[in-house]
Amino acid sequence: MTDQKPFVDIRHAKKSYGTLEVLKDINLQVQKGQIVAIIGPSGSGKSTLLRAINDLDPLTGGEVWLEDKQINKKLPHRQYEAHINQVRQEIGMVFQHFNLFPHLRVRENVTLAPKMLKGITDAEADKLAEEQLDKVGMLERIDHYPSQLSGGQKQRVAIARALAMNPKVMLFDEATSALDPELVEEVNLVMKKLAEEHMTMIIVTHEMSFAESVCDRVLFMDQGVVVEEGPPEVIFRNPTSDRTKEFLRKHLAGQHP
Amino acid sequence: MGLDFTVIPQYMDIILWGALWTILITLGAAVVSFVGGIVLAVIALYGPTPVRLPFRIFSFLFMGTPLLLQLFLIYFGLVQIGIDVPAFMAGIIGLGLHFAVYNSELFQTGILAVDTGQIEAARTLGLSRMQALRKVVVPQAIRDVIPPIGNNMIALLKDSALVSVIGVSELTLSAQRAIGSTYRPFEFYVLVAVIYYIINIFMEAAQRRIERRVQASR
Repeated sequence: MTDQKPFVDIRHAKKSYGTLEVLKDINLQVQKGQIVAIIGPSGSGKSTLLRAINDLDPLTGGEVWLEDKQINKKLPHRQYEAHINQVRQEIGMVFQHFNLFPHLRVRENVTLAPKMLKGITDAEADKLAEEQLDKVGMLERIDHYPSQLSGGQKQRVAIARALAMNPKVMLFDEATSALDPELVEEVNLVMKKLAEEHMTMIIVTHEMSFAESVCDRVLFMDQGVVVEEGPPEVIFRNPTSDRTKEFLRKHLAGQHP
Repeated sequence: MGLDFTVIPQYMDIILWGALWTILITLGAAVVSFVGGIVLAVIALYGPTPVRLPFRIFSFLFMGTPLLLQLFLIYFGLVQIGIDVPAFMAGIIGLGLHFAVYNSELFQTGILAVDTGQIEAARTLGLSRMQALRKVVVPQAIRDVIPPIGNNMIALLKDSALVSVIGVSELTLSAQRAIGSTYRPFEFYVLVAVIYYIINIFMEAAQRRIERRVQASR
């Protein structure tokens, strides 16, 4: 695995707002099919790092690569827009607050982008919506509006919407943080299923037990740096850094066993 | 001289034709003001600076000067520079652009009120900014500003009476013509007031229907 060229490659990522440095020289290599969790306290820069991958929050320094394409390359505005719109089709993203399109039914939420960007027919779009919604267990809600769904259901639809573009990698930005505790599991199950299908995933999360059970690797970030990284059993059971230990102690104290 | 409503029936066809013209002008101007309002709002918010400035001046002129003057300018003024606009068209354009500017303010508020997460979600799927605006942001903004837009449309209906001054035989001018031959202003003005009110009721009903239809999509 290690000698393979990385699938997602973040090199010397830096980001600052004025004098405030939120990312200080971060490096992250993710292999194809790997699942990486990023954990850390709020304000540690983990969401910023994730959002830098599809250039939602552009870096102020460093490079992001997906396979052999540099995502954040310097181009004149128009060319850059065309380039980034192309690249983003290959990167699925799931947000903490779902961001489903409330004016569209579940079906159209899933098919909007494929119809506009891939020029598929209505029949193909319907089939695609059914397939993807079936995968996340939301097929019977295909003609509902988002407002008629629970939080967990909304997030499953949001995952289906991202998958409908057939992305190479999926980014999850605290996908279960806004959910009532009893709704977290249904979303976790969908993510686990994706993991079993070897989807490459980068997951920012506060769910330590979930991270431990599905991830190949865990990064602990604090104050804009990667403090420690390694396999979940090491990070969660035998962390070397005091900061990691402190964070996990505080975090696990508030969690159910 | 007492009131005599019995003169009305023999002028009823003129009045009803007038009502029809009023409805046509109102509908035409409503479409212009709606589409124009969206275009103006998007340009005001996202247009490149060299485009934004002339549009700002345009908006300022249409908001800051009387509608009556604008109608005169379009109908009587443009002929001088070789643009001959028929009265009916001049009425639709004048009313339409005037209310487009007012609608644009509402659409801008509506667009800015749409959660930024909506643009982010659309952009991460690969949509361009224009595509995201067109398919995701603007439809939600429209949905959210339907009630105040409806108020503007009712104001538009009432202001359509001004088009009578450039010679469109709409409801108000028809009434004046009937009065010219019967000398019965009270009877005919009351009659057209009632007709305006009836058109108004239909417009409000249409607005409520639209509001109910978009209710599920909140």
